[in-house]
Amino acid sequence: MATGLYGKAYRKIQDIKGPLIFLEPVKDVRYGERVTITDSQDHSKGGQVLDVGERAIVIQVFEGSDGLDKKATAVFFTGDVVKLGLSEDMLGRVFDGSGKPADGLGDVYPEAELPINGSPLNPVARRQPFEWIQTGISAIDIMNTLVKGQKLPIFTGAGLPANRVAVQIARQVIRQSGEELIVVFAGMGITSREYSYFYREFQESGALANSVLFLNLADDPTIERILTPRLALTTAEYFAFTKGRDVLVIMTDMLNYANALREISSAREEIPGRRGYPGYLYTDLATNYERAGIVKGQRGSITQLPIVTMPNDDITHPVIDLTGYITEGQIILARELDRKGYYPPINPLPSLSRLMNLGIGSDKTREDHKQLSDQLYALYAQGKDLEKLTAIIGSEGLGAAEKQIIDFTTRFESEYINQGDQPRSLEESLALGWDLLSGVARGELRRVEDKYVDKYMTKRAARAAGD
Amino acid sequence: MIQGQISRISGPVVQAKGMEGIKIRDLVEVGELGLIGEVIEIKGDAVSVQVYEDTDGLKVGEPVKSEAKPFLVQLGPGLLGSIYDGIQRPLEIIREQSGSFIQRGATGEPLQTKKAWHFVPVAKAGDAVGVGDVVGTVQEGPTIQHKILVPEGVSGRIASIREGDYTITQPVARLENGDPIMMVQVWPIRQARRYAEKVATGIPLITGQRIFDTFFPVPKGGSAIIPGPFGSGKTVSQQALAKWSDATVVIYVGCGERGNEMTEVLTEFPHLEDPNTGAPLMNRTILIANTSNMPVAARETSIYTGITLAEYYRDMGYDVALFADSTSRWAEALREISGRLEEMPGEEGYPTYLASRIAEFYERSGRVVCLGQDRRQGSVTVIGAVSPPGGDFSEPVTQNSLRIAGAFWGLDARLAYSRHFPAINWLTSYTLYLDALREWFTKEVATDFLDLRTEMVDILQREDELRKIVQLVGRESLSEPDKLLLDVARTIREDFLRQSAFHEVDAYCPSKKQYYMMRAILAFYHQCQTRLGTMPYDEIAALPAWEELSKMRYLPNDNFEADFESLLGRLTAGAAEPAPAGARS
Ligand SMILES: Nc1ncnc2c1ncn2[C@@H]1O[C@H](COP(=O)(O)OP(=O)(O)O)[C@@H](O)[C@H]1O
Ligand SMILES: [Mg+2]
Repeated sequence: MATGLYGKAYRKIQDIKGPLIFLEPVKDVRYGERVTITDSQDHSKGGQVLDVGERAIVIQVFEGSDGLDKKATAVFFTGDVVKLGLSEDMLGRVFDGSGKPADGLGDVYPEAELPINGSPLNPVARRQPFEWIQTGISAIDIMNTLVKGQKLPIFTGAGLPANRVAVQIARQVIRQSGEELIVVFAGMGITSREYSYFYREFQESGALANSVLFLNLADDPTIERILTPRLALTTAEYFAFTKGRDVLVIMTDMLNYANALREISSAREEIPGRRGYPGYLYTDLATNYERAGIVKGQRGSITQLPIVTMPNDDITHPVIDLTGYITEGQIILARELDRKGYYPPINPLPSLSRLMNLGIGSDKTREDHKQLSDQLYALYAQGKDLEKLTAIIGSEGLGAAEKQIIDFTTRFESEYINQGDQPRSLEESLALGWDLLSGVARGELRRVEDKYVDKYMTKRAARAAGD
Repeated sequence: MIQGQISRISGPVVQAKGMEGIKIRDLVEVGELGLIGEVIEIKGDAVSVQVYEDTDGLKVGEPVKSEAKPFLVQLGPGLLGSIYDGIQRPLEIIREQSGSFIQRGATGEPLQTKKAWHFVPVAKAGDAVGVGDVVGTVQEGPTIQHKILVPEGVSGRIASIREGDYTITQPVARLENGDPIMMVQVWPIRQARRYAEKVATGIPLITGQRIFDTFFPVPKGGSAIIPGPFGSGKTVSQQALAKWSDATVVIYVGCGERGNEMTEVLTEFPHLEDPNTGAPLMNRTILIANTSNMPVAARETSIYTGITLAEYYRDMGYDVALFADSTSRWAEALREISGRLEEMPGEEGYPTYLASRIAEFYERSGRVVCLGQDRRQGSVTVIGAVSPPGGDFSEPVTQNSLRIAGAFWGLDARLAYSRHFPAINWLTSYTLYLDALREWFTKEVATDFLDLRTEMVDILQREDELRKIVQLVGRESLSEPDKLLLDVARTIREDFLRQSAFHEVDAYCPSKKQYYMMRAILAFYHQCQTRLGTMPYDEIAALPAWEELSKMRYLPNDNFEADFESLLGRLTAGAAEPAPAGARS
């Protein structure tokens, strides 16, 4: 149709601003089209059309505009939106943040090519997730159960061990599904130290051969990060829904992704929303996070484990807040627990697994699971309030029942949460939970029915409660 | 037919030139793929179009066509049980056609055009009919009679009308002037459907949820908002209400939220019974699903599509409840589009017309006398979830909704953290409808229903004050009556307000049972108050009756009256005696 357009260099650059190039209008350019940009040294960069109008064409340059000038820069159009070539040969490979091989092993011969933005999954085509994934972590298994096909982010603070928790979860998921599982890893703006940690862990757990890694390091171009999760999710969809595989996607750090979006938005002088992030941040994040789940009549699944840093530990930060509004729960790491030396420092109170109810119960975990979990929540919340109270009035003002709850809270943190690297079986986690409850008077346990107390609270425990 | 060309593409907003004669809100087809869009701005010779599908790959110069008509929804039998996207595309059919992922340019008829429905006339030849008159009925599903209404702009004497099986586009009647009346009609979604007059609302929407029915009731035809931070229970509350409320028809709009939540409704509702008719819940439900990953412009539209369908069933004389989860995503869609139009932003980047759009939407709720000679009444109740950033209720969407809606059901993250559900804050929530509903509760439930409610609310308020004192000096220093009040308040919170959406009995609580539960708690409280003089507080606190109160919610819902009468007897006698020593810690 417009063959004249392609292979030709367009040089009429109006402006270069931040990561954006403003080009004089060219006929037949497509919205969202992928372009190649060359500089005076003939180095090439990738880009994408953000706006096409009669006055200008706006192009975002993934590698940033460093080194570009108005005179020597040339833009080449491709006529196609950004796509990713896909193949089973991607397994075991490492790519950079824009999808180019980064392990020196050469190109992958694609079996299929798909637009990286994907298409929305029709809600009627989704199948409800229901298989729980055992992580070996009590605060997750008992209190925030992870389910296959779920998108469950970890909200962390600077210096908190989110990666260690993510790796521990991944390791369990891999173990449980054996050879079958595929891990797709998207690293955005992470340090090479963080990267080596993940790499080593995948290698040790034997998952590397079944992994695809997309990597944009801290010193790699920031704008490229807009592509990275999309590449990872396109890869995940390919393996899950054309190859029928279970896929776990780890995306870290989504804060860096959102910051790249913000950079583009401010270069375009868009009206900023909260803290300078664009008004479409919610929609943009959702189009990534919603690419998880299970499709009716198909075998594969995509489980997402995004990691998002809370700047200043602020849970109301827009990127955190919007993530929580989109994902199916959240695991929150707390500095207070980390300071006490507890690992994993998961604060269960604000943590949540929205799919938990689908994955637990008599035919899946155990009949008492839900009530036990609710009771632990209720007591721990009460205990944290009482701790604050004690700080003001001292423990003399407390009644006997209140003192028991404080003791429960201490044990809950130091024993239940603080389990170290050692995974616990479901039975161990449940038993320890009941054991903690046994130190509290029955009258305070309003979330658990007698039949479960009678059945699962141990004799020793029951005696203690009767004292 | 108007035909112009694309002159600019910026995300979901496309500009076109050469569209003389086009009007705001006209529907257009954009580009070679014929993507559907709507004109939202006309500036000089350029028009701006919000496109309901992804615009990737479009280019300047591609055609833009229009019939110069606004977007119209189709109304007729077959709506119930369906699931549509924001522009009434039938998602089941789209899936059959194009697979699991929604492809651009996919289309499908919202109503089945080949299916024959059995039409039974109500009117007869010779009757003079006008807009809103019922000419006949069609059985839509096992329980709902779909009334065939004379559409806008049609009136005259019926020349012929006959019982029989018709498709929606075959005339079921003809007027003397030759006008046909068909089972399907169309309506522009942004315009409220007409009615004869609004009337006062006085019948509560019964939801089976104690915190709503007893504490903060809303009438059929009223409006309420549920604001709350993520994870506080907006969606579960909306779904519980969609399941249990005694509306005849339920419209559930999933507006910019999770795909899996729509799947949940689709998976559960066909297997759940309508508590009022026993028919599968899905039969009274219409889902509008424009999830967060679906195009943002269609998300903006989904709210209007939903409320228009609601008004249509209202016009048949039914009580309709519309749930919108979440209105904040709709407001954000407005903001996103407004930003692309480079409009002057108002508060937090929202367009300056945000307040009026929210008001217009909630104003479409209400109880009305429908058009038509029989003066039947119908209602639309609107319940909107609000998702304030950071859980901060001072933001524009919450504030503007608050001004309009008649009830405020504020969710509280701290309650959710301790797994107290529904996590509605009983101190900050309110309803403005108590007076309007007084007569109904007095007549239909019990004369002292609202008095008991008031006493409970007062106890909780007093508890809040006492808690502040406890924060300073500890519980032990309170007087005995105050300690007792704290115990009762706790029973009210834990054993009355708390309600599990997932427990087979507790999930639904009949009004009468709610009343009995209140009576039991308060009767026991009064009993304890009088005993305080003669019995030490510690013994009162250890009475076995407290435990009985905590199990009331699990008493079977049928035949609970007998159980309660005996419980009331025990509370004022046996169970109010101290337990034998050692039985309880
Ligand atoms: N009424 C309820 N009963 C039991 N659990 C609830 C209830 N409401 C909320 N929850 C729990 O809280 C979680 C989050 O609720 P949800 O309605 O999805 O929150 P929101 O829509 O406000 O983000 C649910 O997954 C469920 O576990
Ligand atoms: Mg929700």
